Amino acid sequence: MPGAPFAIEGAMTPLRVNGEHVELDVEPRRTLLDALRADLGLTGAKKACDMGNCGACTVLLDGEAVYSCLVLAVDCVARAVTTIEGLGEGGKLHRLQEAFIAADAFQCGFCTPGQLMALAALFERVARPSDAQIMRALSGNLCRCGAYQHILRAARMARDR
Amino acid sequence: MRAFEYTTPSTIQQAVSALGADSRALAGGTDLLTLMKAHIAAPERLVNVKMLLPRGIEARPEGLEIGALTTLAEIEQHPVIAAGYSALAQAAALAASPQIRNLATIGGNLLQRPRCWYYRNARIDCWLKGGADCPAREGENRNHAILGGGPCYAVHPSDLAAALLAFDAALWVHGRGGERAIELADFFALPAPERRTETVLSPDELVLKLRLPPHPEETRSGYLKAMDRKAWAFALAGVACVLRLSGRKIAHARIVLSGVAPIPWRARAAERELQGAMASPDRFAAAAAAAVQEAVPLRHNGYKLPLTKALVRQALTALTDPACK
Repeated sequence: MPGAPFAIEGAMTPLRVNGEHVELDVEPRRTLLDALRADLGLTGAKKACDMGNCGACTVLLDGEAVYSCLVLAVDCVARAVTTIEGLGEGGKLHRLQEAFIAADAFQCGFCTPGQLMALAALFERVARPSDAQIMRALSGNLCRCGAYQHILRAARMARDR
Repeated sequence: MRAFEYTTPSTIQQAVSALGADSRALAGGTDLLTLMKAHIAAPERLVNVKMLLPRGIEARPEGLEIGALTTLAEIEQHPVIAAGYSALAQAAALAASPQIRNLATIGGNLLQRPRCWYYRNARIDCWLKGGADCPAREGENRNHAILGGGPCYAVHPSDLAAALLAFDAALWVHGRGGERAIELADFFALPAPERRTETVLSPDELVLKLRLPPHPEETRSGYLKAMDRKAWAFALAGVACVLRLSGRKIAHARIVLSGVAPIPWRARAAERELQGAMASPDRFAAAAAAAVQEAVPLRHNGYKLPLTKALVRQALTALTDPACK
């Protein structure tokens, strides 16, 4: 995650989340995940393992999928954070979200925001990703319900639409 | 995670003087934060080095240079690495998950700490954390070392380190006395009572960059990794292999194992079986056997011997396939 400008000790931490500028008063130990959920009320990114194992907290940092539990909020100054709340535009769902509904790509839904953000990073880069690229993009996201086949189907639907 | 002071020095010299026993450098953070959350590490200060160290990949006459802040994703996707350093590209592609590869740096990858469940449990006073003994020796040791074990039996978690060693990489570090170069082979060292870590890097030194010496175009390389699942798992065993053939004769061979020893493990006996020999299935079987000839399995990890041998044979067979380039 190199290249970020620095935060100043004791100063407010300015972030850009879903296109909006916000200023947070957070300790250096605050993870981006906790800042999103507790300080900004954006609870779409989920806290499950909190150790970078499960992918439920996946968000985009400058367009790339990252585990927000393994990023400090102070390291996100001047970087663009996109969460599931910012995925759709103008009150409309993203085509991946539409596809998840159409393909019934969830059971409990806890992993869904992370799955969607992992796929969103791929679809942002590759308009028509191959099945292999889709599976690779999802390889860091667990679904304990085992809805993988439906998630795959949703990604293919979004691609082929 | 305990509270800490967060500093962002503006020069490498300032960063180095801010480092020490109670502070840690922060780059990608993907290993350090897990250690801090688990209370395995509790630095009083994090020194943000993300603006200070080199990032990027550059092909130079003296070799391929990789800045310490280069991410695993960048290594995985770089055309020069994909074309001329396949083992490294493959190791990067097989490491962790996309989300981690987007954050994790190559410098941090070499410095990450073991994934041993005893080491990662703050309540267990294992040898590597300063305790008297290694609980894995007699305990749950399915994932542990078959080579180089004792006093610590944790295995080194890096895939890329094996590939880099197989390419004879060197690295540059910056400490209070300035810069020094060190062969990667000397950088990794089995943990010892007076230094319970996997590298010889001092707490007040920073890794700056790596250099892979130039190699002839006919060099072939590959990295194979056995995992419990197909993605986002650490190696049960892995092999990085770099070969040069002259006709069917093996002119140069490097075999480095991952996932089987406390540090990336150069299989010199296997290399000796190959060096100057004709490529053949029998020769590959001999090299595979030699790779683990000194292995001492623990109660639950004997499977790593046939697994490692099979990986070595498979890598050699694939790389010497006449259809392979």
